Amino acid sequence: MKQQRKKWSDYLWIVSATYFTLGFFNIVFAWLGVICFLIPLLMAIFGGTKGYCNNYCGRGQLFLLIGNTLKLSRRRLAPRWLSSRWFRNGFLVFFLFFFVQMVYITVLVAQGASSLSETIHLLWTFHVPWHWAYPVAVEPWRAQFAFGLYGIMLTSLIVGVLLTVFFRPRTWCVFCPMGNMTQMICKAKNKQYDGK
Amino acid sequence: MDEMKKTPHVRRRPRFRAENERKRCVACGVCVKACPRGAVSVWRGCYAVVNDEKCIGCGLCVKACPAGVMHKVENE
Ligand code: SF4
Ligand code: SF4
Ligand code: SF4
Repeated sequence: MKQQRKKWSDYLWIVSATYFTLGFFNIVFAWLGVICFLIPLLMAIFGGTKGYCNNYCGRGQLFLLIGNTLKLSRRRLAPRWLSSRWFRNGFLVFFLFFFVQMVYITVLVAQGASSLSETIHLLWTFHVPWHWAYPVAVEPWRAQFAFGLYGIMLTSLIVGVLLTVFFRPRTWCVFCPMGNMTQMICKAKNKQYDGK
Repeated sequence: MDEMKKTPHVRRRPRFRAENERKRCVACGVCVKACPRGAVSVWRGCYAVVNDEKCIGCGLCVKACPAGVMHKVENE
């Protein structure tokens, strides 16, 4: 059977892996994660496609690498409710709550109302010490935002890897907030073309 | 590839084809990458569409779909 030829964009998992590695040693690199939020939204808003998810998301590719190339996936089908409207949107709201909270804490630190917490908030529960990744002091709010964003990114990676191992590769993508948001934008944009 | 060279225009109708639940499809594109025939594409970021002309009904996309919304159906 014919194999699909690899394109340059099939190696973007390297970018994702580099991102997580850099953030482990110096948290300031976590700021690069902003790109992972902006590009998919811009591609959806201006291009009207999920081009980011379909071709360029390094995190999605990491899941494929772990599940398909390394064969570390049980390939069982995840429960069907994961793809239901209410779960996907509920998770999006849940995610946005933590995102707004992260921005709010950044603002507090910037105003001096709160002090910098050199921890990573993982799986919406644990505050994991991460002070070694703060070798050169930058403005506290910049560091706070970086710690916050890195926590969000690492949480999605951990959950996504677990889902890949227990279920099928990229099961995370079924309810990934970015994937959901970009699909919503695309559906809103393309309503006029949709015949059915 | 070879069989297609031998029969450029006439194509035997395969027994199965893939079909997805568009309403539930998350447009992730996993099926697009899984298909050896390039028969699937994601329509404007909304849902995946299978090109029946190209689909051979192998079911690889069905096994790959993380949402379980791609199905193998029998051609009449
Ligand atoms: S759904 Fe999320 S993790 Fe999956 S490809 Fe899209 S942005 Fe990446
Ligand atoms: S059944 Fe096989 S040929 Fe048909 S769309 Fe799925 S992967 Fe492609
Ligand atoms: S893999 Fe499944 S959910 Fe993803 S685009 Fe294809 S049919 Fe839709």
